[in-house]
Amino acid sequence: MDELIFFINRVLISGTVLGSIYALGAVGVTLIFGILRFAHFAHGDMMTMGAFVAFVLAAAMTAMGIVTPLPAGFVVLPLAMIITAVLALGLDKGFYAPLRQRGAKPVTLLIASIGVTLMIQGLTRLIFGSGTRTFFDTESKDIFRIDMSWAGGSRPISITEPQVIMFIVTALIVVALHLFLTRSRLGKAMRAMADNAALAQVSGINTALVVRVTWVIAGALACVAGTMLALDVALMPDLAFNIVLPIFAAAIVGGLGHAYGAIVGGFLIAFAETMAVFNWTAVLRPINGLLPEGMALPANLALVPTEYKLTVAFVILVITLLVRPTGIFKGAST
Amino acid sequence: MSAAATTSKGWDSPLRRGLMLFAAMFLIVVVVGVTQGTASMLLILVQATAFALIALGLNIQWGYGGLFNFAIMGFLMVGGASTVFLSYPVNPEFWNSDGPMMLGRALLAFLAGLVLVLLARQSHRIGLRGAWKTTLVVLAWFAGYLIYRSQIDPAAAYIESTAGFVGGLGLHPVLGWAFGGLVSAFIAFFIGKISLGLRTDYLAIATIGISEILRALIKNMDWLTRGTMTVSPMPWPTPLPQQLQAMGSSIPESFVLARVWFLVLAVIILVGAFIIVERAYGGPWGRMMRAIRDNHIAASSMGKDVTGRQLELFIFGSVLMGIGGAILATFTQIFDPSGYQPINHTFMIWVMVIVGGAGNNWGVVLGSFLIYIVWIISDPLAQLIFLNLSSVTDSLGWGAIPEIESRSLQMRVFVLGVVITIALRYAPKGLIPEVVRREG
Repeated sequence: MDELIFFINRVLISGTVLGSIYALGAVGVTLIFGILRFAHFAHGDMMTMGAFVAFVLAAAMTAMGIVTPLPAGFVVLPLAMIITAVLALGLDKGFYAPLRQRGAKPVTLLIASIGVTLMIQGLTRLIFGSGTRTFFDTESKDIFRIDMSWAGGSRPISITEPQVIMFIVTALIVVALHLFLTRSRLGKAMRAMADNAALAQVSGINTALVVRVTWVIAGALACVAGTMLALDVALMPDLAFNIVLPIFAAAIVGGLGHAYGAIVGGFLIAFAETMAVFNWTAVLRPINGLLPEGMALPANLALVPTEYKLTVAFVILVITLLVRPTGIFKGAST
Repeated sequence: MSAAATTSKGWDSPLRRGLMLFAAMFLIVVVVGVTQGTASMLLILVQATAFALIALGLNIQWGYGGLFNFAIMGFLMVGGASTVFLSYPVNPEFWNSDGPMMLGRALLAFLAGLVLVLLARQSHRIGLRGAWKTTLVVLAWFAGYLIYRSQIDPAAAYIESTAGFVGGLGLHPVLGWAFGGLVSAFIAFFIGKISLGLRTDYLAIATIGISEILRALIKNMDWLTRGTMTVSPMPWPTPLPQQLQAMGSSIPESFVLARVWFLVLAVIILVGAFIIVERAYGGPWGRMMRAIRDNHIAASSMGKDVTGRQLELFIFGSVLMGIGGAILATFTQIFDPSGYQPINHTFMIWVMVIVGGAGNNWGVVLGSFLIYIVWIISDPLAQLIFLNLSSVTDSLGWGAIPEIESRSLQMRVFVLGVVITIALRYAPKGLIPEVVRREG
């Protein structure tokens, strides 16, 4: 039983946390690719930006003496999402829209997004310094311990409060996104434009509006993902830059331009990463009793060493690109 | 620049424009030399020369062939690690231990795994097809991986505990640079084989992923590269300042002299590479590459082997990157895998090529020097601005700005971002645009 609990703590929970973050980021990347047809590299830094917006708001709230039962980072999330969405719109207006109007190729936009990455990263470090911050300076991170003695386990399943809220928020967002894309007029317009931009335009869809909505959704989701990552680990300026590649991997594995694919891809990559570095001996130890004498399992049975955790995502990415470049679900292509 | 004989005048004439821009750059170099001292100016120049070599490599790939390569950082690391292996002094502890034997066994295991995979790939000959063959190939990969791991893990642990790391072969650093180019070419062949079939943005993401894989490998293969413990001091091909001091020159003089010698060597390599690259651009080979870049469908219908040629470009470009990375590592005398960052070592080179003018070698060299100087001097400049601002805020009673040094270092990244955005918006073809000569 203890082995199962260990598995749940180490793989199931941390995989779901990482998967939620990847999925939310990948949805933004994939939407932007579907509508605007370019790989938006600055997405990771939009996440960092959103996390810092939430951090500033949370700090302001604590400074004003408002105390809430939930962690401050979650309470300010809606406002932070709005601010990040506005910032995302501003980024588009300032840097991408002029290039699009000139009829620049997607490649140019990709390079421009790297410029934006550098600017955002430089600015956040300029303002906040390059140190690590945490949302939990003033309040403590509650840890729930679910006692498993009824099932014969000696150790509890432990999960932190931000993680629980994170699961709920992700589930809510996924459902809301699904309803938006399938039920609302605007959502349908978005899917139509992702499918065939020219056809969407001639059938009277306001493409400028769709582009704006895309940025709003992508910005808001990036803010949620960034804040969650900061709540779960810590807040630092190169926070999201390190995970923008796994996020792209998730979006590509799911099929670029495919919102549901991005969610699936996010969880797939996250679980692949956690399971690849998981020490399987911890779970398979009971088998030792069945094995003949002198054939015990080695002490460490992880598929890859922990240092290579991020590499797993890239290997999956490269294999996907080789074997099925359009992703699991058929993705958009330019 | 040979094609500058157009009728346009003034700023529009590429020759004049180039000359004026190079003169401006020379002026900037002189100003930096006067304000920062000759030794630091030489330091900047040597590194800028190495970066110019790397940027030429990217220009072959992106400017000539329109290939996206975001794996530059990976090639720089490969070049650095290769030159460590060849030119670092021999580590007798390793050669006298069981290490070489164990590594030999690991190599055999690797070969065994390779044979296994290759055999599995031929399994259609014994009648296995479709899903069965795929399963067999995957199983073979997995088995090969396990066999290799079973040998390399103990070998790595043994070497790290007894001898630290493999050490070098103690050969001349210039040989190490050549070796860096060679290893880069070898790796570029496989990367190109894997990923060149992909479309631009997929290719960008794939190469960035591959460069991260390379970084993770080099950073964590402590037995080979010493990983995060860094390797230093690397030998120089030219006399070191310390050697010059022993020969009787004063300390500041020795630094200047040593760097001048190194600069001369680096410039010779750059000029050699430049001549080759420029000649290739003008010749039929370059024309074919431009044809493939501008319309690969038409080129392939003319009978050109598009993927084969692109692989060629990718390898040639990567060789220059590997050599440049090796020169950088030798010059700084330290190989530190954690010092490699995508911003400094991939994106900055892209900015150099795009700002300078993709496709134009003169432009790329100009861009490299210009951007590298901007990158270096934006730190002291920002510090100056911050210090002044800080005294203003201090006098206003808001207190001084904290952590000025670490913050102004970040200004570089911001400036780089601003430069590329402005360049894309207002000069998308670069400072000295590509000149396509048309006859008749």
